[in-house]
Amino acid sequence: MAESSAKPVPLLKDELDIVIPTIRNLDFLEMWRPFFQPYHLIIVQDGDPSKVIKVPEGFDYELYNRNDINRILGPKASCISFKDSACRCFGYMVSKKKYIYTIDDDCFVAKDPSGKDINALEQHIKNILSPSTPFFFNTLYDPYREGADFVRGYPFSLREGVPTAVSHGLWLNIPDYDAPTQLVKPRERNTRYVDTVLTIPKGTLFPMCGMNLAFNRELIGPAMYFGLMGDGQPIGRYDDMWAGWCMKVICDHLGLGVKTGLPYIWHSKASNPFVNLKKEYKGIYWQEEIIPFFQAVTLPKECSSVQECYIEISKQVKEKLGKVDDYFVKLADAMVTWIEAWDELNAPSEANSSKQANGPAK
Amino acid sequence: MSQANISESEVDIVIGALHSDLTLFMNEWRPFFLRFHIIIVKDPDLKEDLQIPEGFELDVYSKSDIERVVGSSTAGLFSGYSCRYFGYLVSRKKYIVCVDDDCFPARDNMGNVVDALAEHLFNLKTPATPFFFNTLYDPFRKGADFVRGYPFSLRSGVDCALSCGLWLNQADFDAPTQALKPGVRNLRYVDAVMTVPVRTMIPVSGINIAFNREVVGPALVPALKLADEGKLRWETIEDIWSGMCVKVICDHLGLGVKTGLPYVYRTQRGSAIESLKKEWQGVKLMEDIVPFFQSLRLPQSASTAEACVAEMAKTVKEKLGQVDPLFLRAAQAMEDWVKLWASVASSTG
Repeated sequence: MAESSAKPVPLLKDELDIVIPTIRNLDFLEMWRPFFQPYHLIIVQDGDPSKVIKVPEGFDYELYNRNDINRILGPKASCISFKDSACRCFGYMVSKKKYIYTIDDDCFVAKDPSGKDINALEQHIKNILSPSTPFFFNTLYDPYREGADFVRGYPFSLREGVPTAVSHGLWLNIPDYDAPTQLVKPRERNTRYVDTVLTIPKGTLFPMCGMNLAFNRELIGPAMYFGLMGDGQPIGRYDDMWAGWCMKVICDHLGLGVKTGLPYIWHSKASNPFVNLKKEYKGIYWQEEIIPFFQAVTLPKECSSVQECYIEISKQVKEKLGKVDDYFVKLADAMVTWIEAWDELNAPSEANSSKQANGPAK
Repeated sequence: MSQANISESEVDIVIGALHSDLTLFMNEWRPFFLRFHIIIVKDPDLKEDLQIPEGFELDVYSKSDIERVVGSSTAGLFSGYSCRYFGYLVSRKKYIVCVDDDCFPARDNMGNVVDALAEHLFNLKTPATPFFFNTLYDPFRKGADFVRGYPFSLRSGVDCALSCGLWLNQADFDAPTQALKPGVRNLRYVDAVMTVPVRTMIPVSGINIAFNREVVGPALVPALKLADEGKLRWETIEDIWSGMCVKVICDHLGLGVKTGLPYVYRTQRGSAIESLKKEWQGVKLMEDIVPFFQSLRLPQSASTAEACVAEMAKTVKEKLGQVDPLFLRAAQAMEDWVKLWASVASSTG
């Protein structure tokens, strides 16, 4: 039976890091201050490392620029994208916390239909701390929310659910459309507040957006590699997509859950659709091959850790998608490098003295 | 995608009357029901005469009609909530909308009355997208679209064969849940409709549905009768069984199933605690039913809903027959239904 949650949502302030990629500035944090201030931030500065990114007063943070990434990872830094927000996944790797929340620097606090400011982080925490139900669809959506439950016909043996690995939030105002859709509908805004959270069923893939995303780093962290994008790469704006497809296949294999829906944030900036088209162009063609590839991926039973699953996927990427374009061969290699770097930086019971941030850590 | 063109001539509203006095029900729905033809099927076990207000274009069927059309031995398929399936059988229309007779029009978050019929028909006339999940839900709704990362080849979607609506106030919970939380009301109006992904099973509630009768009519089977089946929704699982059949068949035939809007306002009836004494059978059987349907695969050769149901009936007999004799009866009912559909559904009109 689902529980009604009248109890307060735990802050998790010592268990959660907020990872923010930025190339401009962090002014947006002012609006988030009431909700983010208790948390430690990991800022990943993309682009020119000589630029100084001002972090608003009062936030506890560590900041990494390209020089830091190169210093910390050495030759393995090649797997971290440059001139693309995909570099954010470096933040996931260096975090020491159990949970990650990542948000884009053009995302602000949204209001719910009653006009109240939405504490996105609190909703993500609720989503992550309650189980998912991937094996059978509940028509009243997340049964663990207050006022909801499992419907008639839902087997009792499935009502405990599985641990939630990822909470995928949505966006009001500027919707996350691809370039062709943006060009056709430049004025469309997402004004529909859909008051729901639901588990994405096992065996179903979805396009994961990295703008407003939380995950359990201990459960799924190594799968959240945002790929090779940006400078020197033939593709952009598919970083979160790539991570989402790999992540979902692995979650399905390991019996973990992925939720989507609330919370909403307010997405303020529409990026230039022509610039986007140039970045996405190859992706639009490649995704026709990529989706069937992921839909057909099977992982052997022996793959019981996220890393093992991920390495296995990288082999299949090289073998099958390598035929589509040489990029996928490079990407497969980068996936392996990522796992190696992850395991090095996250070796159990090792004091990681090699990683020193470029900004005040405490 | 543009709004659906609703042609009244393509739609039948089917109401299974489990209450004799339909006055309030019909009057509340009048603004939305008026332009459609209505089929009312009276539960054969209901003794009192039906009270139906004036002004509607309708056909009413009762026990004697059912027996005349299908024969008295098969008439047993249509008792209780299953009486509605007789309406599906005798309808001549392409689309059917069906709501329980204890449901009324709901109000949305703005306070506007929901035209459940129009919303169901919109769901049926716009494509479904079962092969990849769109995070902005139904991309064909106004103000929505496919998100970044959605493959272009999958954007034309497939035909939607079944639209499953929801309920405000009294949600469709089973007896144990209802008994534990008698005061709980579903107050959350979730402004979304979405396609149920391929191979994902859902518990279809028969309380508020619409479907393309031409394509999947035979797949809605009045087959699973609990030993103690009663006149309250939580004393049945016929719709859950029927819904699983439809979903497997839709997945097999490349059709879509949507869930979400529209909402209806459902009223409270009966004592869940009383029902608890009877309902355990349904709750227990779901443990066998769900894995069965999740692993059910139909042969390539089954290319119509009828053929699919016939195949399923065989598999039900084979795989579930040992679990409970009830499943043997369900398999038989499915076979009878296919025969009925072939003789009755095609001979008139």
